[in-house]
Amino acid sequence: MKLFEYQAKQILESEGAKVPRGIVVSEDEDVEKALTLAGLSPPLVVKAQVLVAGRGKAGGIKLANSIEEAKQIARNMLGSRIKGIVVRKVLVEEAIEHEKEYYVAITIDRAKRGAVVLASSMGGVDIEEVARKYPDKIIRRSIDFTKGLRGFEARAIGKQLGFKGKLLMNFTNLLIAMYKVMRKYDADLVESNPFTVKGDEIILLDARIIIDDNALVRHPELKKVPIRETGEFTEWEVKAREMGLTFVELDGDIGVIGNGAGLTMATMDLVSYYGGRPANFLDIGGGASSELVKKAVKFLLDFPKAKRIFINVFGGITRCDEVAKGIIAALEEARERKPIIVRLVGTNEEEGRSILEKNGIKAFADPVEAVKTVLSS
Amino acid sequence: MAILVDENTRVIVQGITGREGSFHTKLMLEYGTKIVAGVTPGKGGANVHGVPVYDTVEEALKSHPDANTSIIFVPARFATDAVYEAIDNGMKVVVVITEHIPVHEALEFVNYARSKNTWIVGPNCPGVISPGKTKVGIMPGHVFREGNIGIVSRSGTLTYEIAFTLTREGYGQSTAIGIGGDPITGMDFIDVLEMYRNDDETKAVVIIGEIGGDAEERAAKYILDTKYPKPVIAYIAGKTAPPGKRMGHAGAIISMGSGYYEDKVKAFTSVGVKVADTPFRVVEYIKELIKD
Repeated sequence: MKLFEYQAKQILESEGAKVPRGIVVSEDEDVEKALTLAGLSPPLVVKAQVLVAGRGKAGGIKLANSIEEAKQIARNMLGSRIKGIVVRKVLVEEAIEHEKEYYVAITIDRAKRGAVVLASSMGGVDIEEVARKYPDKIIRRSIDFTKGLRGFEARAIGKQLGFKGKLLMNFTNLLIAMYKVMRKYDADLVESNPFTVKGDEIILLDARIIIDDNALVRHPELKKVPIRETGEFTEWEVKAREMGLTFVELDGDIGVIGNGAGLTMATMDLVSYYGGRPANFLDIGGGASSELVKKAVKFLLDFPKAKRIFINVFGGITRCDEVAKGIIAALEEARERKPIIVRLVGTNEEEGRSILEKNGIKAFADPVEAVKTVLSS
Repeated sequence: MAILVDENTRVIVQGITGREGSFHTKLMLEYGTKIVAGVTPGKGGANVHGVPVYDTVEEALKSHPDANTSIIFVPARFATDAVYEAIDNGMKVVVVITEHIPVHEALEFVNYARSKNTWIVGPNCPGVISPGKTKVGIMPGHVFREGNIGIVSRSGTLTYEIAFTLTREGYGQSTAIGIGGDPITGMDFIDVLEMYRNDDETKAVVIIGEIGGDAEERAAKYILDTKYPKPVIAYIAGKTAPPGKRMGHAGAIISMGSGYYEDKVKAFTSVGVKVADTPFRVVEYIKELIKD
């Protein structure tokens, strides 16, 4: 789960990091009063609190030269949409005049089974692009998870960024605070892009924290963002999640259902290999009940992008008869008919096949033959 | 031979009284796995498909000192505790089936296990099977057959699919390991490749990868750097997966500029590992290799 910028800044500030002075205003608050009382010194920046990437270019970050102008911008921004997402809160901050922008992040290091610090003196831009074009401009340092991030490691990174004296000490404190936040909140990522330097101080102009979804149960203090406001999912993906389906929308026209993430991806790839385009990824997982299969098939019957449906099941723990029953039940309740091609092998294959064939659906054993049939149907 | 588990494996099932634990205990017993005990706190004294249940692993070991492997079906909230219990009681292999364990917890116990010389398989995995010898996992036993191909995979059902095509064409398996679909796993491709290197029974290795992370790229580098002595064939799922989207597995996501399908294929082919463009081509490449 991504946290909003203002949440990330509050958390990092509580561990000692420096952020610009500012306030958060919600759509149900009196913008006039809140900004009058806040006592901020212009110029100010008004930043929409939405979780979409590229909000700046989409009009979600604006400069104000006076309190009055900030009020005007905040009023207009609240309730408006940035890339389709409603702005519920804005962060109004004192603008920090600065020249240089840096990047720093701590994330999970899969390879070394620990954490990794990424830092660069080329901040403020898309860091993936920097990594591609100027790989030597990115400092990487793996952190042993048992030992944790230590001061000497932070100082070494600070030195590489060119920091000295008091500034080096402040950078060290920032990095240690970021690591502490990462561990305390089960974060996948703690990032500031950019931060800048004012005298001896380090100021975070932006901040981002992503919490491991599987750890949210351990953090009741973090309020869950409504799924529609996360900016991560399409309308149909939101619907699927609300129904408990593991679904990703793609651009093609062939609906795909598989059991298991790897097999479902391989099925999409197979469709594409033989010249088709998958409309989605829909994984019914292991040991799916007929009820779940029915839900999945009905969902794709409703999903307008899927003109044809290809169901690929390799029954191990999943029983083919359950799958077949689910498909038939979905078709009985469906408003719309679409060609459905089923490839079914494994546990209880015979029962599954006979259930389908009784209802006029051919069950293929060979996936390649099945895919070719989908493409010609 | 075979790797990780074989006919000498004696298994404790942690979380044996749960729905999944009990169901798969039955299937493992039917396959011939030697399950000596089960553990569920608070259910000591019970019996699941003839397997005695204890409250703790320590207690189970008193009556069954030959136990050397644990398989964990405990729900995510309590799974980490079960993993430490298995490690501290000297289990050599701990198979963690459980999905949704927080990444930071996995990082902690995976590092701890390595310091104690325990192998963690998983989390979020189908387990390990050495066909004809033992099955410590949830895979359907009938698709595997004893033989000389080693399989290592990030996926479950896709492994069954590929193993089945191999079995049908007469290519059995020495061992098949699902290392798990999470970003952090106890074993990676390199750990397993190293074991297959030293296993006489294994003549060739099949790697089943997927998008996300760089485990495949690291495996390719390892194959080159160590002049890997056995033929390796790979298949990678997710060629059509879009960046930034989690494809079912927590670890199957292209992010921060890493995890792309094309990079993985390039890494493998550049070190002479053939990458099959469909799961069903894997067996064709194996045929060519064995013929040579």
